[in-house]
Amino acid sequence: MYVIIAGAGKVGWNLARELIQKGHEVTLIESDRIRYQTVEQELEHNVRYGDASELWVLEGAGISRADMVIAVTGDDEDNILICQVAREKYMVERVIARVNNPRNRQWFELLGIKPHVSATDLILRLIEHEVPEYGMVHLLDLPEEQLEIIEFLLDERSPVTGRQVGDLELPEGTLVISVLREGQGFVPGPDTVLEAGDEVLTVLHPQAEEELKAYFTSDGEPA
Amino acid sequence: MFVLIVGAGRVGSSLARAMLADGHEVSCLDEDPEAQARLAVGLDGTWEDNGGQFTVGTALEIEALEAAGIDRADAFVAATDGDNTNIVVAQIAKRRFDVPTVIARILDPYRAEWYEQQGMRTICPTRVAIDMLCSEVRAAAVKAGAPGPGVDAEDADEPEGGGG
Repeated sequence: MYVIIAGAGKVGWNLARELIQKGHEVTLIESDRIRYQTVEQELEHNVRYGDASELWVLEGAGISRADMVIAVTGDDEDNILICQVAREKYMVERVIARVNNPRNRQWFELLGIKPHVSATDLILRLIEHEVPEYGMVHLLDLPEEQLEIIEFLLDERSPVTGRQVGDLELPEGTLVISVLREGQGFVPGPDTVLEAGDEVLTVLHPQAEEELKAYFTSDGEPA
Repeated sequence: MFVLIVGAGRVGSSLARAMLADGHEVSCLDEDPEAQARLAVGLDGTWEDNGGQFTVGTALEIEALEAAGIDRADAFVAATDGDNTNIVVAQIAKRRFDVPTVIARILDPYRAEWYEQQGMRTICPTRVAIDMLCSEVRAAAVKAGAPGPGVDAEDADEPEGGGG
C-alpha cells in the first residue's frame, strides 16, 4: 500500500516508521525545514520537504497513485484541505484526518472528512477508563452506525448485582456481550449471576444509554 | 445589505470601510483585537462610531461566527491570511449557514483554480498580479523589438498570447 502522511510531528513520524516497518511504501511531507532535516536523518528518501496543502507538493509525492492519505499536521484547516483535495481532486480512496481541536470536529463532519481522530478525545476516553464516572466507560462509539459499547463496573449497590443475566429487563436493542470477572472475560449465559466487581460489557443504541446507566449503576443520577 | 468579513488585515479592513461607505451594514471578525484600530484608519472616530461591528475570534469558532452575525449575512468574505482557513470557512458559511454570496480570497492560484471549479467564488490576487506582470513584461519586450519566438508583436500585450 502507498501511504502519504502530511505532517512529521510526533504522530506523523512514528506512524511513518511503523508503516515502513510493516512493508508499506510511505512518503512523509513536512513543511518545517529544521524538522524535515531531523526526520530525514532517519527516514531518508521517505520524507519530503514542502507544504502538503500545496497541490504541486502532493503531486510531486505521487498523490494520484496513493492508496491512503493521512493528514496529521497541527492545523485543522490544513488537515481538512489536504483530505478534501486528496479525495475529491485526486480520487484517493481512503483518507484519515487528525482533529487537533475537538471543537472543530463538526467542520470535519460538515465537509465529509472521515474518519477523523482526535488525540484529545482519545486521552479523555483513557481518563474516563482510568477514573470511571458513575462506574461507566465508553469503549466504542460508532455514531454513524448508531451503536455504542459501554462497560459498567458493578458494585454491591448496583440494581443488577446478584441477578441472573436471563432475568434482566434490558431496554430494547441492548445486549450484554461479555463479563470480566477477576481478570477473566467470558460470554455470560442466561443463568450467569452478576456479582459486585464484575465489569459488564454491553452493546446498545446511543439513545438507550441513560436508561441502561440507571439500570446498571448504583447512582445513575448525574452528580 | 449585511456583509460579514472574516480577517481584517489590509484587504479585509479596506473592503470593510468601502462597504460601510457604500451604506451597507458591515461586521468584521478577526482573531487580533488590534485589527479594530486598523478598521478605523482614515475614519473620524472609531470603527463602531461609524456604524461598523467588530468581533474578536477565530474563523472556525462557531460562537464567534454567530456573534458576528453569520446567521443573517447576505454576503460573506473570507479574507484571512491563511488560504486553507479561507477555503474551510467559506464552505462553512455556504453549507452550514446558507449565506447567499460567499467569496474566498485564495493566494495560491492552483488551489484557487480547483476550488473555483468546484463552485466556490474565489479571488486570487496572485493570479491577477501574474497576469498584469506578464502583460507589462511582454509590452516591454515588444517595445525593445524582441517579442520572443512565436509571439506575434500584434498580440504581445494579450495575457495568454504566445509562449517560449
